[in-house]
Amino acid sequence: MSFTLLSLGILFISGCLAFAFNKSDKLSNCIGAGGAIIASFFGLISLVMIFNFSAPFSLSLPWHVPYGSFSIAIDKLSALFLAVVYVLSGLSALYGFGYLKHYYGKKNIGSSWFCFNILIAGMVLVIIARNAVLFLMAWEIMSISSFFLVLFEGEKRQSARAGLAYLIATGIGTFFLLVLFILLAGDAGSFDFSGWQASGSQGLRSAIFMCAFIGFGTKAGIMPMHVWLPEAHPAAPSHVSAIMSAVMIKTGIYGILRTLTFLGMPCLWWGYLLIGAGIVTAVLGVLFALAQHDLKRLLAYSSIENIGIITMAIGMGVLGIGTNNYGLAVMGFCAGILHMINHAFFKGMLFLAAGSVYYKTATREMDLLGGILKKMPITGACFLIGSIAICALPPLNGFISEFLIYLACFKNISGNSITAVISMGVIVFLSLTGAFALACFSKAFGIVFLGRPRSDYGLGARETGVCMGMPLIILAFACVILGAGAAFIMPFIGSAVSSATGIPAVAVSHIISSANVSLTRVIIMVFSFCALLFFIAILRGLLLKNRRIESGPTWDCGYALTGARMQYTGSSFAQPLIDFFKGILRARKKGIKVPGYFPDKLSFETRTDDIFAESVFRPMRDIVHAIAEKLSWFQHGRLQFYILYIFIALVALFIWKL
Amino acid sequence: MVKKEIIQFALSLIISPLLFGVINRTKAFFAGRRGAPLLQLYYDLFKLLRKSAVYSDTITPVFVFAPIISLGAVITSLLIVPFAGYRPLVSFEGDLVLFIYLLALARFFIVIAALDTGSSFEGMGASREAQFAVFAEPAFFLSLVALSRAAGQMSVSGIFSSSVTSMWSSYGPMVFLVLGSLFIVFLAENSRIPVDDPNTHLELTMIHEVMVLDHSGVDLAFLFYSAAIKFWLFGSLIIGVFFGPRNFGWGIDCIIFIVSMMVLACITGIVESIFARLRLLKVPHFLIVALALSVVAVILTLR
Repeated sequence: MSFTLLSLGILFISGCLAFAFNKSDKLSNCIGAGGAIIASFFGLISLVMIFNFSAPFSLSLPWHVPYGSFSIAIDKLSALFLAVVYVLSGLSALYGFGYLKHYYGKKNIGSSWFCFNILIAGMVLVIIARNAVLFLMAWEIMSISSFFLVLFEGEKRQSARAGLAYLIATGIGTFFLLVLFILLAGDAGSFDFSGWQASGSQGLRSAIFMCAFIGFGTKAGIMPMHVWLPEAHPAAPSHVSAIMSAVMIKTGIYGILRTLTFLGMPCLWWGYLLIGAGIVTAVLGVLFALAQHDLKRLLAYSSIENIGIITMAIGMGVLGIGTNNYGLAVMGFCAGILHMINHAFFKGMLFLAAGSVYYKTATREMDLLGGILKKMPITGACFLIGSIAICALPPLNGFISEFLIYLACFKNISGNSITAVISMGVIVFLSLTGAFALACFSKAFGIVFLGRPRSDYGLGARETGVCMGMPLIILAFACVILGAGAAFIMPFIGSAVSSATGIPAVAVSHIISSANVSLTRVIIMVFSFCALLFFIAILRGLLLKNRRIESGPTWDCGYALTGARMQYTGSSFAQPLIDFFKGILRARKKGIKVPGYFPDKLSFETRTDDIFAESVFRPMRDIVHAIAEKLSWFQHGRLQFYILYIFIALVALFIWKL
Repeated sequence: MVKKEIIQFALSLIISPLLFGVINRTKAFFAGRRGAPLLQLYYDLFKLLRKSAVYSDTITPVFVFAPIISLGAVITSLLIVPFAGYRPLVSFEGDLVLFIYLLALARFFIVIAALDTGSSFEGMGASREAQFAVFAEPAFFLSLVALSRAAGQMSVSGIFSSSVTSMWSSYGPMVFLVLGSLFIVFLAENSRIPVDDPNTHLELTMIHEVMVLDHSGVDLAFLFYSAAIKFWLFGSLIIGVFFGPRNFGWGIDCIIFIVSMMVLACITGIVESIFARLRLLKVPHFLIVALALSVVAVILTLR
């Protein structure tokens, strides 16, 4: 615990120092990144101690904020989330140290690190806070600091828009959290988490749950509250995008899980709601990801997809508790948390790799890139590993967590209960999501890293330095290790689930050990698959030994491949699917018809705007705008009339009170 | 005990290329030709394995890994699939997920290897492959869900080897629908008519074959061989639905199984001869039929 506080202190002080020394870009870059890395190190040490001792750590200090108390605690659930925060923050900080060198003299490095370190401190505090006021303050610190980070390139119109969208969304989210905490505190009579165990009516508890779903769901990016996410994540600098996408949105998941611990026995429809929202989020998220042209935007939508998968799994868990089906409950929660951890690792890596590409090529437009793998082999290899992991393909960690979800569903498809029907639904939509993800990431990797350069942007690309390469390699290894060692991690997750749901530890460990049997077999199979690949590769080497290996141009159906512009682009790769789902995607095409046989000027453009932003939130905004317009006569700036309003209001109140 | 399973596994590895010969003979019979020898694919494979290779200068190591991964994935999947209703080498709860995702891994690598060449034709094939998988994969998953539900088993061998007879008697219509769905997926996954034409030489109309245009020598042999094993994999699932009674003893059962695989190859040949290839725009509709069939099958299990 003391180490956690130490890490918080280091984060705060190094952030302030980086800000204070912002005259010297180099110095503040060193202080900011160094502080974040050291803080992460100490934070991780504290977690090792927590997992070694079984009792949860807690601390309560007197505090002069009304209703507040500085009470913090780390239980197993917090520890799992903290581990993810610390690992990703440390690595992203290292990466950011290299990345921000590019911006020396152009941007204020010191204030960027100030916000970054405060963002991490905010996330840590959110996860360990045990008082509603403290939680909300940490929540706002986290939101505001990330808002400033999104505005890093605020002079660009796109970034400014993204920042505004984010600010509004997070404001709405916080509003619901405020209601949530007031309802909970009103029920328990205290703002400390420790006494919260909602005992009120079904309706009250459902209202509390809905507030948590909307408030935390906005941060997590559950559809349709996700609209800020694809705007904000690409706009931030890449190490921040990685943190936001890999870690920050998970605080939303953490919030939902934490709220569930206060609510006791869940209603069944909460589970249905979570599963339904998860399915919609996953399928639409990946479909929109497929339609994107901007690499980081694609990754942002794919984060939405993965949040959907996590929500689905958690929904299964809630359903399991609601139906007293401990097997389903434990498997669902464990799979959700495991996928949360896995997603943090591979999405963090993918964002960092995409950042490296952007750093070296100055464009995120996939259709302008190509052949980057030859110039940036390490970045490319890491992106490939991340793509395999995120498509849930064996042998990496993404497969293991989705396998657990499938296993949970398959174990419950017999019988005629509603659980069976829902399990089947989850299976089919999860497989649909997987197939879409495969199309999406074969496009992302294939178009950006393979083939030949489609424009001059990629020609000057070179491999990045150690600072930017190292985090990628470490995260890639982590994906392999998390995949191979999932069976060892499961007990930790199980103990977190047990402490969060109140299912007895014995039952949890029983269920987990039975799931681990399948998990171990899958991992053994995956290992033998890798060994087999090794043998086949050797066989290929032996067969080709002493043979003449020639190289030539691509055999393009009898023609030697000429222009690189003839290649398939990302847009043409995705076009059949985008067209097939045009009812949902509403992709817009703009172009001119081909005139004559030798046309010299042509233009063609497609764009896919977010359907929720366009057809739900835009009309809502328009309505609000129209009402505000109508009422604008009321606000004209003349002071004497404002005083009159106040007077009238006072008189009205006085009369009413009489 | 394990000896039998190893023999089954070896038999599948050895016989699978023969099925393509059977298909081609059937098609030749329908076209009134004599056709290539039954063992043509074996000759091709040996010829290719002895050849040197030509690589495009645009490619990266991804292109070289793709055939290796494809072959490795199908062979690993073959360990899971039952032979003549007998236990395969490996079986555990949830192995059907591994089965499907291994094939998806192979698909992923072949798709990106196709993009690696920078050829617009191969990009076209890659795009189509990724597109059709979106429709085929849920259909396949749902058919397995329906069978798994009816059999009360969670492993491929459990589904296809234990209770097929009782499944036919109590869930007859459901099994029938699943069979239809599986057959459509089987045609699509193995790039047969009406989804894809493996024999055409017009690159614009092909899917799988166009993606491997640039592979040569050993790599091409690996790809052909893994296509043959993939055919065996899906075929043995379809035959597995029929393969209930196991009362003739192991040897005879195996022979019956192999003969039924030949019959399936014949049926595929007949389908290829009497149907035309669908327009590519219509292929998703065809695959959605498979999805619909499996949805109805699942609903039938809900009685």
